[in-house]
Amino acid sequence: MLKSRIIPCLDVKNGRVVKGINFVDLQDAGDPVEQAKIYSDGGADEICFLDITASNENRDTIYEVVKDTSKKCFVPLTVGGGVRSIDDISKLLNCGADKVSINTAAVQNADVIVQSSKKFGSQCIVVAIDAKKNGEKWEVFTHGGRNNTGIDALEFAKKMEESGAGELLVTSMDRDGTQVGYDIDLMYKISSMVNIPIIASGGVGDLGHLVDGIKLGNASAVLAASIFHYGKYSVKEAKEYLDSKGIPVRI
Amino acid sequence: MNVTIVDYNSGNISSVINSFKEVAKDKVNIEVTSDLAIIKASDKVVLPGQGSFKSCIDGLNSINGLIDTLNELALESKKPLLGICVGLQMFADIGYEEIETKGLGWISGKVSKIDNQGGKFKLPHIGWNEINIVKDNKFFKDIMNKSHMYFVHSYEFTPDDKSVITATTDYSSKIVCAVEKDNIFGTQFHPEKSDKTGLKIIDNFINI
Repeated sequence: MLKSRIIPCLDVKNGRVVKGINFVDLQDAGDPVEQAKIYSDGGADEICFLDITASNENRDTIYEVVKDTSKKCFVPLTVGGGVRSIDDISKLLNCGADKVSINTAAVQNADVIVQSSKKFGSQCIVVAIDAKKNGEKWEVFTHGGRNNTGIDALEFAKKMEESGAGELLVTSMDRDGTQVGYDIDLMYKISSMVNIPIIASGGVGDLGHLVDGIKLGNASAVLAASIFHYGKYSVKEAKEYLDSKGIPVRI
Repeated sequence: MNVTIVDYNSGNISSVINSFKEVAKDKVNIEVTSDLAIIKASDKVVLPGQGSFKSCIDGLNSINGLIDTLNELALESKKPLLGICVGLQMFADIGYEEIETKGLGWISGKVSKIDNQGGKFKLPHIGWNEINIVKDNKFFKDIMNKSHMYFVHSYEFTPDDKSVITATTDYSSKIVCAVEKDNIFGTQFHPEKSDKTGLKIIDNFINI
């Protein structure tokens, strides 16, 4: 039976982890490679890096991070943030990323998804949808949540599936950072609309939220950052909790 | 010993390279090349594959003489060869992804889309699934039945001769996820992404 996946996400800026785990035995709390290794040793099903480097001159730092991580972690590695072109994708994959997550560029030009999924295969193309509720619908935001495109998130999800995305990483901007749980309604609606797996993101505050994302939101994978960053829970604890709630996980 | 990973523009092979180098350490030399002479001289060959069946076959064809060299290694000199994901699928006679495409024909059978039962199962089949080892062999040495492996695919290989099947996985139906025919081995899952168990399988292949 296919297992539900738990994906810890690390925010990386200028090659350093922002909001890292504070483990006593950690040599360097800002080292993304070391943090990723802790997650993968702890049973993370995949690792996700979100590169939030703002300035162009430091953009290359993520490549070194990916290169080093892929030599130490032997679970799938997804990298997102600032991925705009076929060339960006190619570089990240060559450094050892297994998948790339594409947000703004997918909204601006769906052809990037069509072309990249043809060239590299759908299996490595994740489209990240940042959605915010407006009345009865959800609208797609870009540029790290700064720009409202007004595009309907459900229609956009369908379009991305048709364009060749292999997975959708759906983040509720209303919930992101609130720790009150995923926007289950959004997850369920998108998951019902498309036939590709969705990864739920945004709002996890406790382990029960992960269960809801899978059971109620129908997500194939759940992504979380802060509950793992701050050592509130380990990946192992999260998996044991899911298991105790009858959700099949890899233990 | 030399193990060669065939580089034929089949998409992203850096994870395959990293995992083999991790397992090989200094004991085994890992080459990554499309050079026919090096491929011919190697003791073991790895054929990765990502993207579509057609794009991988096109990739093999784009290197003059590569398919002949692989045929010679697999069928005549009988060097151990491991196909991963589409690398395994290409063993078939024929694939139906994008357009009907002729495969290498090393193991009779076809590659077709997984029946998702009218949308009941999401595709691609992505994530960790348990493997049912149906035939114990050197390849699965010290690998427990029901071990988890990482999958990502929408198409499946159905061999004509079921005796080549060494493991299956359950998703929609019983999917063939490992095969062995003489010196030819293949996995639908990605050992290079399957954590310690995956690395153990790579180690087993290197030690065959």
